[in-house]
Amino acid sequence: MSWTLLLALGGASYALKAVGPVLVGGRELGPRVRRTLDLVAVPLLAALILVQTVGTGHRFVLDARVPALAVAAVLVSRRAPFLVVVLAAGGTAALLRAFG
Amino acid sequence: MRIAVGRTSSQPLSGAAGIGIAVGVYGVSFGVLAVAAGLSPAQACVMSMLVFTGASQFAFIGVLAGGGGALAAIGPAVVLAVRNAAYGLSLAPILPGRLRDRAIVAQLVIDESTAMARAQDEPRAARRAFLATGLSVWLCWNAGTLVGALLGGGLGDPRSLGLDAMFPAAFLALLAPQLRRPGAPVAAVVGATIALVVLPFAPAGVPVVAALAGVVPGGLVAKNVKAMSERASQARRGG
Repeated sequence: MSWTLLLALGGASYALKAVGPVLVGGRELGPRVRRTLDLVAVPLLAALILVQTVGTGHRFVLDARVPALAVAAVLVSRRAPFLVVVLAAGGTAALLRAFG
Repeated sequence: MRIAVGRTSSQPLSGAAGIGIAVGVYGVSFGVLAVAAGLSPAQACVMSMLVFTGASQFAFIGVLAGGGGALAAIGPAVVLAVRNAAYGLSLAPILPGRLRDRAIVAQLVIDESTAMARAQDEPRAARRAFLATGLSVWLCWNAGTLVGALLGGGLGDPRSLGLDAMFPAAFLALLAPQLRRPGAPVAAVVGATIALVVLPFAPAGVPVVAALAGVVPGGLVAKNVKAMSERASQARRGG
């Protein structure tokens, strides 16, 4: 593994993060831009949830992650604390894999 | 500290600590896998400090572990990091101050800190939530990476510990409070559908970035909801 590539990835990652805070920081954006940006995290999070639950590489794989997410969904709807949600999901998957 | 009963992610400090712990556990598994994929422990740690965006880092070592070269690994990692640019833009209005300060806190722009900030109702709380979550996650992610890199393979398979199931659960808990925004449910469903359709053939990282298109129908719905509520309040005033 080359250090040069690793540092390049670090630089690219930082540059992407810094576009907003450095170039726009503190200024108000127009209502249309605001409305769009308010929603930015929503489809990305929804996609991350699904891809990380049923995706393995380029394939769909249904395994212990699915019931684990179901447990998480029940806990979220009952407004359980964040850490409880995360640990319960991990525990569900671990138990199912140990006995499944 | 404000106590908002029942809204987990609007309690900035306890939420930040909770996310930090979960991320720390995942950081351990990143350290283990990074060393298994051929990085030195020092490289694993520097990567977590500088790159500091978990999905990109996992994608990077995933390609390496699958036999791809470092050059092939960098593409998906950068594509996955593109969403941080959108996050940074959405956070920009709540990040005032000197250029130097903004340049420093920019490194903390990630899924968790953005979601936590967005779950707050007013700018000052959002800024606090962003900083608390970002710092907590940065410290725990790096501590976890160090521990994992030193443990090496001694921890066993992260899957048998259910670590891979923790992240979707964490993202779900972060997403839930945001679904109350006008247009958000539409944006979520469209985004998730795009990701699933694209997943079988697009390179790693692309499905999640493609999901960003979900903001377009979501934004249209939000605009109509706003226009409707304005008309309704005008009608009330008029009648």
